[in-house]
Amino acid sequence: MRLSVIDAERCTGCQICMFACTRRLGYAGMGKTAIHIKSVGGMERGLSVVVCRACQDPPCAKVCPEDALVLRKGGGVLLNPSKCTGCGLCREACIVSAIFWDKEAEKPIICMHCGYCAKYCPHGVLALEERREEVSNAAK
Amino acid sequence: MLPNDPLANVLYVDLSKKRSWVERREDLFGKYFGGAGVAIQLLTENCPAGIDPLAPEAPVVLATGPLDGLFPLGSKTVAMFKSPHTGNLGESHAGGRSAVAIRMSGVGAIVITGANTNPGYLSIEGGKAYFHDATTLWGMSSSVTAGRIIRQNESSSGLRSIMRIGRAGENLVTYADVSTETYRHFGRLGMGAVFGSKKLKAVVVSGNRTLEVADKVAYRALYDEINTAAVSSPIMKKYHDLGTAENIQPLSALGGLPTRNVQAGRFESAEAISGEHYAEHYLGRRLACSHCPVACIHIAALREPYQDEAYYYKTTMISYDYEPIYALGSMLGLSNPEQVLSLMDEVEVLGLDAMSSGVCLAWATEAMEKGLVTEQDTGGLKLEFGKADGYVAGVEAITSKSNEFWSILSRGVDAAAARYGGADFAMAFGGNEMPGYHTGPAGYLGFMLGARHSHLDNAGYAIDQKELTKGLIPAEQLAQKLMDEERWRQVLSSLTVCFFARGIYTPELTLRALAAAGYNLTAEQLAETADDIYRAKFTFKLANGFDFDKLTIPQRVFETPAVVSGFDEAYMRRAIAFAAGQLASPRA
Ligand code: SF4
Ligand code: SF4
Ligand code: SF4
Repeated sequence: MRLSVIDAERCTGCQICMFACTRRLGYAGMGKTAIHIKSVGGMERGLSVVVCRACQDPPCAKVCPEDALVLRKGGGVLLNPSKCTGCGLCREACIVSAIFWDKEAEKPIICMHCGYCAKYCPHGVLALEERREEVSNAAK
Repeated sequence: MLPNDPLANVLYVDLSKKRSWVERREDLFGKYFGGAGVAIQLLTENCPAGIDPLAPEAPVVLATGPLDGLFPLGSKTVAMFKSPHTGNLGESHAGGRSAVAIRMSGVGAIVITGANTNPGYLSIEGGKAYFHDATTLWGMSSSVTAGRIIRQNESSSGLRSIMRIGRAGENLVTYADVSTETYRHFGRLGMGAVFGSKKLKAVVVSGNRTLEVADKVAYRALYDEINTAAVSSPIMKKYHDLGTAENIQPLSALGGLPTRNVQAGRFESAEAISGEHYAEHYLGRRLACSHCPVACIHIAALREPYQDEAYYYKTTMISYDYEPIYALGSMLGLSNPEQVLSLMDEVEVLGLDAMSSGVCLAWATEAMEKGLVTEQDTGGLKLEFGKADGYVAGVEAITSKSNEFWSILSRGVDAAAARYGGADFAMAFGGNEMPGYHTGPAGYLGFMLGARHSHLDNAGYAIDQKELTKGLIPAEQLAQKLMDEERWRQVLSSLTVCFFARGIYTPELTLRALAAAGYNLTAEQLAETADDIYRAKFTFKLANGFDFDKLTIPQRVFETPAVVSGFDEAYMRRAIAFAAGQLASPRA
């Protein structure tokens, strides 16, 4: 399972997903969010959802010198904060810029594909889904 | 409040000295929460009575509240300043991303004083202000373009808000607005001119952080309760589907849609400019303020052909709402929905308040019909109800103050009527041009008695529609109802919660939401604080020359049948006298 962006055209820019991702840890505000909403040249021209794509062979994990990024079943990575030194190399390796920075902890923030944000998106933009490959494998 | 909540940080910015500093004001935020409650205190502290609203010393206060960043629909920033339009209390609310951005930047309020020598913009991050030059942006024809350039200059996208003025603000039109995220506005009472007088083109606020809550588990449970209420409420669905524009047809059917300068309350072309028509033919996108599941912001996509080349089009995204459709549509007798959109776009680009602009042009049109104003006065411009071209030229003439007539009109309809006559159809109350409700005595008294002369102060229009259609009530009783509603709204606008969510944030729920933010109060204490805030506003108003006895009522109010009719000036005066007795003296 992984978090998927079903249709970014339906996104209203409410940022409720960003609050949800932070609230999952018991905080208000947006300081821990692993998902961001960016406007494409002004909100009226549309919005894009920036979040981890759950790579099967994650470049971010490969560059981590401390082995702090553990491969996650279903794609993507899980951060082991006790190993992470906050060097920031993973951030540069992620070509979709889906690794954000926790300024309070000086550590990367990476989506763990829990689906909490999707439960709150009021407009059906996000969903926790099986990957297509997983679905087709299961059918075999 | 919770100890160390960054909410209590007030950022003071002195534009003249290019200096900024933070002061902890737990005294204010602990007692008055934030928003309107804190802003009126900061305004009173920083704005000496009698000061010129456009003097460098005059402050602009922006305040958010404890529920911003915590709960859905905590999405408003309250601005306070001395209004150059009325010479008295200026208060204006806007959403967009402004409130959450200010809260995420690590402050609860910003107080801006002084003036730039050269045009500049401010960026605020991490409790500090950075001063930038904006000479190139000053005088730029479109405020939307100016916003885009600032957006490109500033790095952190997403958790950021840009509040900026257009040419109307630069030129000190007293009803110039400040817009945030292009589509939300600190619209009323001329904050744009105050920015203009400070040569302040824009304020950019950004930041990101977590906020503590009193109890994590209880917080999440209460969040879910509020969120479920918001997404399942029928009112919220209504604002999501058609937006506030949904009200155009029903109000016209009842006779409450101000038409052709309130010469009628029904508009024969209401269908053509209705929420239904716009949604079906033009709706291009819906947007939401930060932390709002409703998404009431409706953006029309207007596709227009170029005249000089075949198959060449431009597409403009224009936000529409009930109020601009009334002010720039029915009030001017415009029945072509595309012309109304174009005029709204023009007003947006110039940075004018849509309501004041529409009312000023409607008065000018009638004054021309009656021969009080001639084409010689207007510099050859002919204004006629139903003809859009004159109005597009008119808003430009107001903005550039192209001659004596237009510069007087750029100070509002009361100023214009004082010079040219026609006070009986100059539709302003307490100096502020009317909103779109010709509903009856409660609506009009609401405009007059409200601290900011806005329909949102006390929703008198709703009392007309829901209660007075069954029969008038004693004037004193009506005044009391309006005051009670306005008093409660001080709480919502101090938290700061969107008024559309007032049905969800009942006093009971409000107390629990406040507890999550570390405020433990009883219902009585909450009511007392509401009263304190309400009275603090009137203390400021009275100290700055507001006088209940000097409120004028244009006779048009009584002449054109409204949703509720059969009231006269004596009735209105009794209500005003009652309110004056309650508000002009300290609490018993
Ligand atoms: S963080 Fe970026 S690189 Fe790493 S798995 Fe996610 S999308 Fe791939
Ligand atoms: S799936 Fe979970 S970790 Fe990923 S963005 Fe959503 S809430 Fe955050
Ligand atoms: S919650 Fe949904 S609609 Fe709101 S910003 Fe996130 S993806 Fe967009």
